[in-house]
Amino acid sequence: MAKQMRIKRNSQFLDIMHRLSKNKAAMAGLVLIIIEVLLAVFAKFIVPYDWNAIDIANANSFPSLQHLMGTDELGRDIFSRIIYGARYSLSIGIFATLITTVIGTFIGAVVGYYGGTFDNIIMRILDVIQAMPPILFNICIATALGSGFMNTLVALAVGGIPGAVRLVRGSVMSIRKVEYLESADSINCSKMRTIFVHVLPNAISPSIVSATMNVANLILTAASLSFIGLGVQAPTPEWGAMLSASRNYIRNYPYMVLFPGLAIAITVLALNMLGDGLRDALDPKLKD
Amino acid sequence: MSTVIEVKRLYKYFSTPGGMLHAVDDVSFKIEEGRTLGVVGESGCGKSTLGRTIVHLLESTGGQIFLEGRDITHVKGKELAKAREDMQIMFQDPYSSLDPRKTIEQTIMEPLLVSRRYKKSEMYQKAQELMELVGIDQRLSKAYPHELDGGRRQRVGFARALALDPKFIVCDEPVSALDVSIQAQVLNLLRRLQKEKGLTYMFITHDMSVVRHISDDILVMYLGQMVEKSPARELFVKPMHPYTRALLSAIPSVDIHNPNKREILKGELTSPIDPAPGCRFAARCKYATETCKREQVLEEIEPEHFVSCCRVRELNGLP
Repeated sequence: MAKQMRIKRNSQFLDIMHRLSKNKAAMAGLVLIIIEVLLAVFAKFIVPYDWNAIDIANANSFPSLQHLMGTDELGRDIFSRIIYGARYSLSIGIFATLITTVIGTFIGAVVGYYGGTFDNIIMRILDVIQAMPPILFNICIATALGSGFMNTLVALAVGGIPGAVRLVRGSVMSIRKVEYLESADSINCSKMRTIFVHVLPNAISPSIVSATMNVANLILTAASLSFIGLGVQAPTPEWGAMLSASRNYIRNYPYMVLFPGLAIAITVLALNMLGDGLRDALDPKLKD
Repeated sequence: MSTVIEVKRLYKYFSTPGGMLHAVDDVSFKIEEGRTLGVVGESGCGKSTLGRTIVHLLESTGGQIFLEGRDITHVKGKELAKAREDMQIMFQDPYSSLDPRKTIEQTIMEPLLVSRRYKKSEMYQKAQELMELVGIDQRLSKAYPHELDGGRRQRVGFARALALDPKFIVCDEPVSALDVSIQAQVLNLLRRLQKEKGLTYMFITHDMSVVRHISDDILVMYLGQMVEKSPARELFVKPMHPYTRALLSAIPSVDIHNPNKREILKGELTSPIDPAPGCRFAARCKYATETCKREQVLEEIEPEHFVSCCRVRELNGLP
């Protein structure tokens, strides 16, 4: 292969990123998320105080230069706790979504491709899970497994699977009869190769978008679980748990509720903006 | 000359809520090496189903399919894979027959990759040769299908079908989605490669002028059944079945002194679901009589010219 003429061209990933970069809202969302992730990863070097250092003398102090976001009822620095809390909140959202999406996509693709009785059986089983209200379902798992970080993560991941399966299955079924899948058959592609090489890449865009939004949803759900005391437990600075712990002081020290709430709101907003932008960028028909 | 593909009394029924849909009903033919059988008929008459059944994209309901004398009707697994390497299909719609997320090179290389017979460097080499063969510029090897026009995409589909050196290709309306100027290019490419490689085609179309250009023999289908089969030249000179005559009279004539007398068919296709016995064309045929309600047989009226019509001799003034 002496004279291999390789023509340089952008990969699809770069194409998508290029289109995404034109969407200001999505880029703002992406930048915010990246900042948050960096803050969470390098929390140790950023925070001015230990997140768990109790300083009763300075309890309930309003935001000041010493304590950017004030201190809580035990004198712990809220700014430090929120930075550390990003670790818990973001990783619950991201990892639970990852588990949901990987399992959901796999089941959805196989079920959607084969169809028939197999599809029917799997989908009815998933219907059972989906028939339960999500919070109730999470409460059930949390009570069965006990509360805590890992269990909350598992509960949230399992609860999301039926939705992810449905989404992938739907888009797989919409391309099931397309001729390039027939041609894959006719050139002897195995079923698994057809599913993973031809079906999934063409059916996955909705899942990527929904996964982005799902991270936001899960952060909210995790926060509500912590708020009702079933999620991540008290000393851990998860944002929902912080909200829950400080709700008694909302009249006198509103900043204690304000900052964790803001953190959740900004993260969710950023993820939703990114998800919206991704939806546009992943649509091949919008190519410029 | 040897027979490449032979079909004996092939049936393909689909079960629908309304009953059995007779898509292909008792079709038999053989195609010799290096020749082209044109299959014509109006939309929904089962021509595409016939092609797909032969290359095993659909399972036949009854009958036999022979590839070079071997019965491949019920082959599975490895044997099916082997049979498929010898018979490929080219699809009608150049927009949906290529995976939109694969580059041209990836698409053409895939059959080679799946067959596991080639090393990586050989595959690139082979892909380049194939692209050259069908006339696609090297610079397009990294392009995606949406960047190509219909004619080029159809060439890519053809290159993919040719990758494993098949003997027989089903061309399922390969030019009906293209502009007329590009149709000619693709048809000429098909003919050129047929000569060079000794390929055998089954060419499915509803366009009579296309089928005249490319076929050696023509099979006319109506509602899943063969109504007439004859060498192409003879069919255009001497169509015998009333349906074939109506079909041929629909070709526009450019000769103003000799305009075509159109035979306008009345009514629409009758339902292919649980059809009544007898001639299926009878409901629209102006020559229909009581005898047409009986089962029709495909008769060899003249050498190599088969017609399935009980009044064919009478209508064509034959003894």
